[in-house]
Amino acid sequence: MFLTIKNVQKRFTNYGKTELVLKDINLNIKEGEFVSLLGPSGCGKSTLLNIVAGLLTPSEGELHLDDCLITKPGKDRGMVFQQAALFPWLSVEENIMFALKKEMKKKEARVIVQKYLQLVQLSSYAKHSPHELSGGMQQRVSIARALAMNPRVLLMDEPFGALDEQTRRRLQDELERIWSETKKTILFVTHSIQEAIKLSDRIIVLGTHPGKILKEIPIDIDRPREQHIQEIVYYEDMITKLLKNEIDNVVEEELYDAVSY
Amino acid sequence: MQLAIKRILFFVALFGLWELAIRIFHIPAVILPSPVDVLLSLRESLADGSLIEDLGASFTRLIIGLSIALIIGVLLGVFLANVKTADETLGSLILALQSIPSIVWLPLAIMWFGLNEKSVIFIIVLGAAIVMTINMRTGIKNVQPLYIKAAQTMGSTGIDLFIRVMLPAAVPYAVTGTRLAWAFAWRALMAGELLSTGPGLGYTLKYASDFGRMDMVIAIMFVIGVIGVTVDILIFQRIEKRVLVKWGLEQKEAA
Repeated sequence: MFLTIKNVQKRFTNYGKTELVLKDINLNIKEGEFVSLLGPSGCGKSTLLNIVAGLLTPSEGELHLDDCLITKPGKDRGMVFQQAALFPWLSVEENIMFALKKEMKKKEARVIVQKYLQLVQLSSYAKHSPHELSGGMQQRVSIARALAMNPRVLLMDEPFGALDEQTRRRLQDELERIWSETKKTILFVTHSIQEAIKLSDRIIVLGTHPGKILKEIPIDIDRPREQHIQEIVYYEDMITKLLKNEIDNVVEEELYDAVSY
Repeated sequence: MQLAIKRILFFVALFGLWELAIRIFHIPAVILPSPVDVLLSLRESLADGSLIEDLGASFTRLIIGLSIALIIGVLLGVFLANVKTADETLGSLILALQSIPSIVWLPLAIMWFGLNEKSVIFIIVLGAAIVMTINMRTGIKNVQPLYIKAAQTMGSTGIDLFIRVMLPAAVPYAVTGTRLAWAFAWRALMAGELLSTGPGLGYTLKYASDFGRMDMVIAIMFVIGVIGVTVDILIFQRIEKRVLVKWGLEQKEAA
């Protein structure tokens, strides 16, 4: 297997109270696969992604990428956050170059930058400052930056969550195109059922308290998927039902918390 | 445009009232000179070159003092932000020193360095370095965790992470620190010169006061004020604004 997550547990300690956030996570991801982690807020999907990125360490269990144990962040795993997280003091080009600088000459790096700017269709913005770009454009630069260091896997943490609906749709289309062009393995976190169905080969549905895998759902619809409305609706219903219980639990718990404060 | 007209009218009225009050109440020039006297005195010191000379001397001190202060401030700020024990001990001392106006160090400074340039520069450094240190420390401590995470996923750690991410991310604070350091330095300079030796704006002010030349005193006060405001608005506020917009901390004003 390409990326394996084995018996991962994660606990956080807050004010002396230890909470289990992730429980018994086992997951295998094939090379080139587009996998979504889907679940209500608080299910630990972002936590799991951060563990894969190496930004958090699991309390138990281990993760392997290409048979290498994951212990810390590395260039083999590119990450795109909900906020573009571009460095404002660097131009678009310099941002994409950030990870390349130490490995190659500036000239070579520039060629790569151009290639990835083309991929996200922002070739003419190389010299711009991030603050001159719209939110959607910034997020595309952020995707280009993660891809430019040629990672083995692309991790995306609700990358379109902060964007408006139209931009979001456009970027989903663009991501699908980028994925089919680059054949990258993508691990994608979202709370949008439609987004997950539209993009993924496989959806991992997570439940809350503690976060655990409820079900793995392979999405078997031809791409582009817009035309296959019936199938989409079928999957939507299935996942909605699956999550309904979970969301009810969350609401109940939050109400309970609100009362007890 | 409206704003400019309002301001011009205000200042004309102010000077008019001032002139009028002096004539009506027959106020002697040693108590309060008329605005006309002040203008004449300003022209006189411009004409004989003494004002330019004073400005040159004062600015030389200021630039030396401010440069030293900024270097110390950056280094010390970075040090405090990175070494927790130093922050908890030395940091508290620096916060305490901040509440002491730097000019009260002058008696000691004169004992250490003598009644000369060095004492004044010492006062400037002390005043400006502290505020720069505090801002720099805050800047490094307040770097958005997201920037750090993003850099880590791109393989940046340790010194590389610090130089390529933490330092540039702290630039807005450094700019604010520099602006405040300038303001502190300017005040410290004037106070230091008043109490120490010339040539310099502060020294000339005291000299004029010894001879009862209040028109000259006010003329120099006027110069001090104009320079203070001009440098702040024309240089520092502009840079600060541009940096804040670029760093995404402030929206650009609608044109």
